[in-house]
Amino acid sequence: MSGSETPRIETPEAIELYEVRKKIYVRAVHGWFAGWRVALVLLTQLVFYGTPWLAWNDRQAVLFDLGARKFYILGWVFWPQDFIFLAALLVISALSLFLFTAIAGRLWCGYACPQTVYTEIFMWIERFVEGGRLQRMRLDKGAIDPRKFFLKSLKHAIWIALALWTGFTFVGYFTPIKTLVAEVATGGLGPWETFWILFYGFATYGNAGWMREQVCKYMCPYARFQGVMFDPDTLVITYDAYRGEPRGSRSKSADYRAASLGDCVDCGICVQVCPTGIDIRQGMQYECIGCAACIDGCNQVMDKMGYTRGLIRYSTENAIERKYPETSIVAHVFRPRIIAYSVVLLAIVVAVLAALYFRSPLKVDVIRDRATLVREVEDGLLENVFRLQIMNTDERPRRYTIAVSGLEGLKVVVRQPVEVAGATTEAVAVAVRVDPVNIKPGSHAIVFHVADSDDPRVKADEKSRFYVR
Amino acid sequence: MSDFTHDAWGIYIAVITLVSIVACGVLLRAFSTKRVAPGEQIDTTHHTWDEDLSEWNNPLPRWWMWLFYITIVFSLIYLALYPGLGNYAGYFGWSSRGQYQGEQEKAAATFAPIFDRFLKQDLKTVAADPEARQMGQRLFLTYCAQCHGSDAGGGKGFPSLRDNDWLYGGDPETIKASITNGRNGVMPPQGAAAGGDEGAKDIAHHVLSLSGRTHDSLRAFRGKAKFTTICAACHGADGRGNQTLGAPNLTDNIWLYGGAEKTIIETIMKGRGTNMVARGTSVMPAHKDILDGGKIHVLAAYVWSLSNVGK
Repeated sequence: MSGSETPRIETPEAIELYEVRKKIYVRAVHGWFAGWRVALVLLTQLVFYGTPWLAWNDRQAVLFDLGARKFYILGWVFWPQDFIFLAALLVISALSLFLFTAIAGRLWCGYACPQTVYTEIFMWIERFVEGGRLQRMRLDKGAIDPRKFFLKSLKHAIWIALALWTGFTFVGYFTPIKTLVAEVATGGLGPWETFWILFYGFATYGNAGWMREQVCKYMCPYARFQGVMFDPDTLVITYDAYRGEPRGSRSKSADYRAASLGDCVDCGICVQVCPTGIDIRQGMQYECIGCAACIDGCNQVMDKMGYTRGLIRYSTENAIERKYPETSIVAHVFRPRIIAYSVVLLAIVVAVLAALYFRSPLKVDVIRDRATLVREVEDGLLENVFRLQIMNTDERPRRYTIAVSGLEGLKVVVRQPVEVAGATTEAVAVAVRVDPVNIKPGSHAIVFHVADSDDPRVKADEKSRFYVR
Repeated sequence: MSDFTHDAWGIYIAVITLVSIVACGVLLRAFSTKRVAPGEQIDTTHHTWDEDLSEWNNPLPRWWMWLFYITIVFSLIYLALYPGLGNYAGYFGWSSRGQYQGEQEKAAATFAPIFDRFLKQDLKTVAADPEARQMGQRLFLTYCAQCHGSDAGGGKGFPSLRDNDWLYGGDPETIKASITNGRNGVMPPQGAAAGGDEGAKDIAHHVLSLSGRTHDSLRAFRGKAKFTTICAACHGADGRGNQTLGAPNLTDNIWLYGGAEKTIIETIMKGRGTNMVARGTSVMPAHKDILDGGKIHVLAAYVWSLSNVGK
């Protein structure tokens, strides 16, 4: 895949192997896809900026307490032992990405990726302060004067304010955001909170304000490996060269077909609206983030010219090459790859939801005492000592009873029930006794049964060993 | 590793490091531009993958070049501030040992006020404090449970700390002294004095009788005389032990090494705590160099509470 044209060298000079970025002046566009992007920007940002302010019972609804290793999401409290759920979430995200990309290309890039979303917001601000594409170009070309200084300062001030708010919100997922507000107000921010607010603020400002398409072109790995997820039946944004070529300008009234011209009027709108600065008419390129701005832009022109819309449109490689009619694109969505992705994705989602539903608020670790392997107590009974780490992941206190099975006549010596406060861990030393008369020396498998004494559905069984000498 | 202790090696490493860093800069500078002849094209990289996949040799973004230069500047600043350049310790004088000590001091400063509060109270008051007992339990599980068991029930050679039977005394201050300075209870071998296996067996039956256990009364009668001459010096004529010496009470059916006839004979014949390799040690190590005063205080209160609070 190649985007740029071959650099042709005219003079025997030293050429730069590190190219200065050419600033892209993106032209604003309206249309169906642009509307979707606005909606998704608002939706994702409402979720991102709003979530930390939600309360659940007496705490923040979503809070990742790294210090205490407790991760609160609505009614759930996740512990580091629940890491599998994070792994499952990542698997689901990856599979969804595969599925959506196989169906319709880089939907994620075009509508939901934070890089796109923040770049979009920053461009709104830029347009609001400095004006449209041509005004911005003129402003940048002109010498610095009070007006330019004011506009540039204003733009950066708004950018920085938004970026800091973004960093602040991000940290608000880890430190309760109301505490954070109080800390900012009193100047009592901790060093790490300060660092991360500034770091995320800087990353937002730098990436959305300055780096923009450079992130997609040179940093993002997804842009580079998306190729393997595409196939000739994947919906991608394509220029219909059969219909458009040969391109050329013409007057609206002229009979362009007689002049053997295609539908493309070569107005360049599709290039001007492109946030990565490519020309979609050169075919599929790795720089294309699938934002569909060129579709909206071209459709406006087609409407003006009185031509049919969709010279640039979502279509598949096979359909564009006329291997099947456009009407059967939908039928080609249901191909083995898509069905396989869907089935696997659905299976995992169902499994994770089931696991979440049946997740027990009780976890138990059994640790054998090693020094006192086995000891004799009164009446000739043999005793093993275990340390039970009882974790109550629920937010209310619970009382547990401990029983043990595996050998005839096993007895548990511990004060019952064991009360464990909400979201804490209790280490309980448990002695287990047995009359060794009918038991041969050696190691025997036993099972600890820990159950909530008020709610028998909450229980955990943990295996261990009992030694008889 | 004594081969590389000469100072010259430090200089050798430092020179190689600095020359490499400078060379990276020179290389970067040299490859930032390319001289081309008129009409020459920069086309692909001349590598072909998967039969037909090739890559244009397009210029890299300029900011990448600055990132490369930043890494060079970073490495020089890093080497100036932190150890890495031969023997040079760095401006900050950082070391992992120093960081460890710093963290220890910080932890001490954090926890000292909590322990200081308890240090001002006497041990029985501390033992009555649920928070102190919780701290004590955690400390016990960390420092004591390896020998005395998680439930403080002890094991062979390790006394139970919850049965209110004390080798050296069970008042809080004595417990604190045991933890602080340790204990070393030695039972010397008495095989010869007892008159061999048979004599030891007689004594063992007397000892069994003291705790009211099944015994041969004839042997016990014979053993009693031997007990008075050999054992009573430490265990007392009535076998109730002597807490000054750490000699166990033999009348309470609580056995440090086991109360079976065979085990008691072994104890008499070979002694206890005299041969660490063969029969284990009876040493309670001193903790004054391992734990600070506050921790020992809270631990002593916790251990005392096991047989005195809530029962």
